[in-house]
Amino acid sequence: MFLHDIGIIPRGDKKSEPNPDASKITNLTRRGFVVGSSLFVVGVTLAGCSRYEEPKIDPDSLDLPAAGPSPLTEVKGGDATPALWIAIEEDGTVKITCHRSEMGQQVWTSMAQIVADELDADWENVEIVQAVGHERYGDQNTDGSRSVRYNFHRLRLAGAAMKQMLEEAAAIYWKMDPSECEAELGKVGNSQNSDTLSYGNLAKVAAKLQVPEEKDIAVKDPKDWRYINKEIASLTIPKITRGEGTFGIDVDIPEMVYAVIARPPQLFGKTGAVRDEKALAVPGVLQTVKLPDATPPALFKALGGVAVIGSDTWAAIQGRNALEIDWVDGPNASYDSETFADQMVQTAKRSGTVRRKRGDVAAGLSSADSRVEAEYYAPHLSQSPMEPPAATARWDGDKLECWACVQDPQATRQTLSDLLEIDKENITVNATWLGGAFGRKSKPDFVVEAAIIAKEVGRPVKVTWTREDEVRHGYYHSVSAQRMEAGLDANGKCTSYLHRTVFPPIASTFAPGMDVPTDGEMGLGATDVPFSMPNLQVESGNAKGHLRIGWLRSVSNIYHAFAVQSFAAEMAHAAGRDQKDYLLELIGNARNIDPADEGATYPNYDASIEEYPIETARLSNVVNVASEMAKWGRSMPSGHGLGIAVHRSFLSYIATVVEVAVSPEGALTIPGVWLAVDAGTVINPRHTRAQMEGGTIYGLSNALFGEITAKNGAVVQDNFPSWRVLRMGEAPRAFEVQIVPSNTAPAGVGEPATPPAAPALTNAIFNATGHRIRKLPIIGASGSRLSLPTEETA
Amino acid sequence: MTITLNINGKDETVDAAAGTPLLWVLRDHLKMTGTKFGCGIAQCGACTVHVDDSPTRACITPHDTLEGSKITTIEGVTGGAADAIRSAWIKNDVPQCGYCQSGQIMAATALLDENSNPSDEDIDAAMSGNICRCATYMSIRRAIKEAAGDL
Ligand code: FES
Ligand code: FES
Repeated sequence: MFLHDIGIIPRGDKKSEPNPDASKITNLTRRGFVVGSSLFVVGVTLAGCSRYEEPKIDPDSLDLPAAGPSPLTEVKGGDATPALWIAIEEDGTVKITCHRSEMGQQVWTSMAQIVADELDADWENVEIVQAVGHERYGDQNTDGSRSVRYNFHRLRLAGAAMKQMLEEAAAIYWKMDPSECEAELGKVGNSQNSDTLSYGNLAKVAAKLQVPEEKDIAVKDPKDWRYINKEIASLTIPKITRGEGTFGIDVDIPEMVYAVIARPPQLFGKTGAVRDEKALAVPGVLQTVKLPDATPPALFKALGGVAVIGSDTWAAIQGRNALEIDWVDGPNASYDSETFADQMVQTAKRSGTVRRKRGDVAAGLSSADSRVEAEYYAPHLSQSPMEPPAATARWDGDKLECWACVQDPQATRQTLSDLLEIDKENITVNATWLGGAFGRKSKPDFVVEAAIIAKEVGRPVKVTWTREDEVRHGYYHSVSAQRMEAGLDANGKCTSYLHRTVFPPIASTFAPGMDVPTDGEMGLGATDVPFSMPNLQVESGNAKGHLRIGWLRSVSNIYHAFAVQSFAAEMAHAAGRDQKDYLLELIGNARNIDPADEGATYPNYDASIEEYPIETARLSNVVNVASEMAKWGRSMPSGHGLGIAVHRSFLSYIATVVEVAVSPEGALTIPGVWLAVDAGTVINPRHTRAQMEGGTIYGLSNALFGEITAKNGAVVQDNFPSWRVLRMGEAPRAFEVQIVPSNTAPAGVGEPATPPAAPALTNAIFNATGHRIRKLPIIGASGSRLSLPTEETA
Repeated sequence: MTITLNINGKDETVDAAAGTPLLWVLRDHLKMTGTKFGCGIAQCGACTVHVDDSPTRACITPHDTLEGSKITTIEGVTGGAADAIRSAWIKNDVPQCGYCQSGQIMAATALLDENSNPSDEDIDAAMSGNICRCATYMSIRRAIKEAAGDL
């Protein structure tokens, strides 16, 4: 009756293992219910002591009006037809379809909160069904921190429409006006007596009714929300604590064999002679499969190489170790990231393409009383989700079914259709849980590999990427070089500002030779700079990609915020001013900014600039809130320093203050982090705080340790010792988050905490030591401390 | 090569190649996928299990060295410390993606079994071998202290 897809994610099991937090919430909301609704106080009280027995409704016995098509298929955000999102079972279970991928951001819980609130479902009865990849859901690309933003409106409508249809179903059964029937917590109540009908009982009737038009749907007043903006416990976590739940790497289907792949060390390197006798002699190795060489553009193609198929993953890994392959150099054989860094720095010294312009920067700089100049460099990074990429594919004739940890099952399906030349209708893509993603799993190359190999082998195949594969063959965060110049007047006030940024664009992965930073990337922290000086110019310089370049949590915002917010502190220092005060002065008076007014082509995260303006007042506010939280200006012990950075990204405003302690020998610890976030309407404050902590520490990890380098076209790092990430002992000792209360439209929370982390840290190191860091990483893979300049060189 | 392993109190017969790490025996042979693969070289802790109550990296431990040992995985770990850790994990919503969390829970349980009142330094020492890319470190520290208080 209701349309829903059964993915491989097992049903929730709250009934067998009650979730203590969930029941607490129900109690809490029931209390709200008694206070909030006099109509039902009577109903509940009477139902509690009388012997009302709910009749079982037979839908066929009712005379139901004929229903036409859903009028909600094209509302803001896409299709809000209730049947697409909600299936209510006879026992009252409310199955909510989540079309976005769960990767730790708690999207299962947030999507369910939105629907269940407007539906007035009992949270105890809510379960999630993971959608397969299909156009009917609209955008499924779980990146860009936009699951809530894109779907908030339509999921509210879907929930509210379903609730109205349930009320109408009850009204038909009771033969009364729908206005006399009111839904609350999984039941519809009759205002003339104390009778109630449960959603499970009404669902079959409601399903046959006309879906209301948007203008006739009443969504709740935010003050009546019972789940939205509340600290609802996660729907996934109880399972996780028992080792349950299916990640991509956990998929197991009958007859499946296991594959790992030896890929060419260079992007577009080729596979020459292959000697696989020793590999085939490894116990458990079944066969090898040569994959087609990859040719530009990289897209989401398989990288080529040789797959080893085993009866378990270990056999396949051992078999791969025993392969002898002559790799043939490709067009990137000469790529050396160190040489390339020098070239990029040179490019950044030359004037570039103007991407935003206000006033006359050249004149302003030459007439300034003093000048500040700085160059910044940030290396390639790897996303390195804890679960490396993994995909399982099964062919049944010309039909293909895949299970994989993908951020976009719909694009995965399209990619498989394009690259394997099969009809999309013959492809099913099931999204599993994702063991982290951070952008890596928005590229389904690993699913393509599984599909190619499974076809060749004639059995279902699971392809597992080892950590070495993940580190060496990724879609890397782009390397960048930037140059900043400023002119200050006699009072130290900035009058001219030049930002020139050079990086290989992500577009180089999709179009061969593409070397021009795109408007999208420029709009991630460069062209949207919120500063108020009279002369401002943002320029870009070109750079070619030699590895696959891809998205990594917050993307270009990482290097742009690093340069812009470091430079703000450098200007403050040159002017002899406090970092925070100077930052507020740079931002200037309260106003809305549209970079398009100054010649920028500015996508604003695909949101309208009217609905989501760049509001300097919100930026200044988070600066003030975070500074108060950190007690900015307090006296610090020797070797300690506070640093601040503020950044708007993914339409959210975040200011971060970091405290560092640096010993005379350069050992660095982080006693505290204070973060203020204004993300508009927040669905779950608890999970928002988790994203603030996680996003910040992800940024700190990159800044302290993260560096991917390449020699002879091949990535040098291979696993966690050489590709270093932050560990427990290096984490901040204290972390406070304050969410600015707001009822404006929801913005992103998964990514925007990452950009300000690095400059807040380096600004703190400057205040602690006087040492300015302009090149990342700060410590690197093998270091244990800061290399502080000696007295003579300082 | 067929041997018997005692896993979560149950004898399991396993037929895997000599030297196959316990991790792949659990995941691929016994279909116990709660124990995760993160690095394969004892660097990340995702594969942490208990062997005779000690936290052990299943990715580098050949299964055929474990005959006669008591192996405990996330699916089977019970007892005061495990219960306290699980409920503190749920109460604090510690996991994000959850992928590292089997290992985190096994490491934290072993820590509390040894030391019912760990200091920050004890937590650093016991937990620094377990990487969390979602960076749930703040919540893990909070939850371990809370679980210790509940013991
Ligand atoms: S998989 Fe064993 S420690 Fe990483
Ligand atoms: S919770 Fe995702 S890696 Fe730890």
